[in-house]
Amino acid sequence: MSVPILKQGQVLIASIQSALSDQDLLQLRDDFADQIGRFRSRGVIIDVTALDVLNSFATRTLRAIAYTAKLRGAYTVVVGIQPDVAFSMVQLGLTLDGVATALDLEEGLASIKAQLDRSRANVP
Amino acid sequence: MSPEVHVVIERDGDIVTARQKGRALSASLGFGNNDQTIIALAISEIARNIVSYAQRGHLTLSPLDEGVRRGILIVARDQGPGIPDLELAMRDGYSTGRSLGVGLPGAKRVMDEFDISSTLGLGTTVTMKKWLP
Repeated sequence: MSVPILKQGQVLIASIQSALSDQDLLQLRDDFADQIGRFRSRGVIIDVTALDVLNSFATRTLRAIAYTAKLRGAYTVVVGIQPDVAFSMVQLGLTLDGVATALDLEEGLASIKAQLDRSRANVP
Repeated sequence: MSPEVHVVIERDGDIVTARQKGRALSASLGFGNNDQTIIALAISEIARNIVSYAQRGHLTLSPLDEGVRRGILIVARDQGPGIPDLELAMRDGYSTGRSLGVGLPGAKRVMDEFDISSTLGLGTTVTMKKWLP
């Protein structure tokens, strides 16, 4: 089951469903890398609200997506990590170091907008 | 009392099935949402290891009842290559390259009891227990 990627302006949005397998996550990573170039996107949002578990493979792949996107010139925000999912990640020792997170889609979009405004302000 | 659940693990999608069945069984045994998530996460880590290193194996999930305490028993068996150095495999951050190296030590940390045995060329068995609080 592949994850559809929605395009909203300069931002790509993927909402992950709970039955996502590790292979689907790798597919999502490749799709993002491709579409960031095709649509000249500046931001990527991965919505994991529906995910009941984030295991070590998933956290590693989310980090890979964020870093690949960064190398392609886009800023990634992971949104919607549920309270018990966050708690279980802490217990197991899983981290999303270096990946921006936000409470929900709305906060994620605001975070990307702020990031884009900052980068525009830096242009001389 | 809920019956035993068996899940054959041989491909990626089976990891999802295993963690969903583990969550369902732990819910039916009375575990709260936090514990259900932790049990599902531990199951997905050891099932991931089977797919990555042994290709094929199976999981048995069953209720535990010792009268004064009740819980869930998770046994994962494979006939894979086995783990040459268990002490090393259980060390945080150690991996032969296909993972973060947090799966096994992480699963051990979140479960109440954890045992792993492995014979080179014969396979690996992981036994985990979590008791109801």
